Amino acid sequence: MNNAIQIENLALELNGTPILRGVSFSVTEGEYVSIIGPNGAGKTTLLRCLLGMYPHKGSAKIGGTECRSYDSRALARQVSYVPQTHDIEFPLTVYDFVMMGRYPYLSALSPAQKRDDDAVERALQITGTAQFRSRTLRTLSGGERQKVYIAAALAQETPVMLFDEPATFLDWRHQTEVMTLLKKINVECGATILAVNHDLNSAAHWSDRIIALKDGRTLFTGTPQELIQPAPLEELFETAFVRKETLTPASEQ
Amino acid sequence: MKTKFTILTLLALATLLVFPMIGSTDVLHDPMGREILMKLRIPRVLTAFLAGIALSASGMIFQALFRNPLATPDTLGVSGGAALGAVIWMRFGAPLLFAGVAGASIAGFFGALVTVLLVYGLARVKSGFSSTTLLLAGVAVNLFFSSLILLMQYLSDPGETFRMIRWLMGGFSVVGFTTPIHLAVFTTIGLIIASLLTREMNLLLTGEELAGARGVNVDRTKKMLFFSASLMTGAAVAFCGPIAFVGLMVPHICRQFIGSDHRKLFPAVILFGGAFLVVCDGLARTLLAPVEMPAGLITALLGGPFFLWLLLRKV
Repeated sequence: MNNAIQIENLALELNGTPILRGVSFSVTEGEYVSIIGPNGAGKTTLLRCLLGMYPHKGSAKIGGTECRSYDSRALARQVSYVPQTHDIEFPLTVYDFVMMGRYPYLSALSPAQKRDDDAVERALQITGTAQFRSRTLRTLSGGERQKVYIAAALAQETPVMLFDEPATFLDWRHQTEVMTLLKKINVECGATILAVNHDLNSAAHWSDRIIALKDGRTLFTGTPQELIQPAPLEELFETAFVRKETLTPASEQ
Repeated sequence: MKTKFTILTLLALATLLVFPMIGSTDVLHDPMGREILMKLRIPRVLTAFLAGIALSASGMIFQALFRNPLATPDTLGVSGGAALGAVIWMRFGAPLLFAGVAGASIAGFFGALVTVLLVYGLARVKSGFSSTTLLLAGVAVNLFFSSLILLMQYLSDPGETFRMIRWLMGGFSVVGFTTPIHLAVFTTIGLIIASLLTREMNLLLTGEELAGARGVNVDRTKKMLFFSASLMTGAAVAFCGPIAFVGLMVPHICRQFIGSDHRKLFPAVILFGGAFLVVCDGLARTLLAPVEMPAGLITALLGGPFFLWLLLRKV
């Protein structure tokens, strides 16, 4: 299997502050990998580096090529992204929004072709958002909107997909739906997935492997079974994981 | 959608044909009618039409760039910057180099460009371009530039001062085709650049991060849009004075009927923006006839309440 993503000694300073200090890991084609870590560990920054947004040191390759050596449209045909925050002040319809995923395939003067309409239709079907197509984004609930954002990334038809906390701020039902959708995209569409996830349980449940970041470094890479142990977790979050059995009930004090 | 564009095109053509006929002199029967029509009325209507296009298109571009429906040449202080540039040119530059309109519009362009970059920088320091930061930055910049313009007036002789004040009210009292032709050149360049970037403007509405992830070259796109909008605002302000609120009202009204897709919104804003300012100027000429009000007065009277309504409706 080839590496879809390969990161070696990735380092980045923003305004003189080091954010990433040497991150190394790789993701093979078709894998589903989650990034976990405390706030400020550099998780989102890492995803942005893979989108070629920062002049990083070290190397970050997508599909075997350094991501910053692609031109912007060519990179967008390799990797798509679903960001964490959504704030759009303007009334965009779901269909128009998902069609924006086709931008890397369209030139300034050519209108959308049939294959673009087909890709949008497919993305709407997979994410179950086809019935919202003529509604505006603002009229959707948080969970529905997140699925539309995923549909737009799917319409980009990229081998690699990046997600920044795809299920945070959603209720339990929508969390489950969104995480199931990611797994479906991973298995049925064959997309390689790298997702930042704040929820340890969900990361452990859904991913093939987990990468733990701390202070801009890779602290741990391995399977969920290897990570979900007191020792690595205590090192990662710097807090003791108290178990119920070690506590003395009030009646016995 | 086709019907809407047919109506808009007819409206634009109708204003261009009808409004040259309107005024205190009946151009069809007066012996001087032909002269008045060719030297005054038609150039005036054309100037208003072009300035309407330039200001409305700039407003639409700024709204996409700042991802904020309240971003306009006026609220961002860009018109103020363009006015300051043009006033400095009128006071100091004009006698030195090629006098006349082109110099003032180039000075207006630089005033506009410097201002928009300044406000963009200010709004960016506080993350996310919130309406509050943006509007406050715009207010501060506007006040600062107004005092500099006052200083320029103070330093000028009474004749110059009067001309500046009259120009600052905004109007289209032109003679002959020199002004509309110059304005057309600047506006066309700005429009061509923006017309190639309508899809990019759509993507900018979703945020720079996401636009970049979809393959938009964000830095280059922003530079070209800043250039285009500054060129059009600068020229319109230099030729006609800072006509307030057109850049706010026209894109907003068009968005209500056409939607936010810039590939459709942009042509609608061009057609409606031109027609809108011709009508405002027509009202300015006829409401208190034979006294002619500056068109900027009409747009400000309409725009102030409109802006407040927009602000309150958003909450």
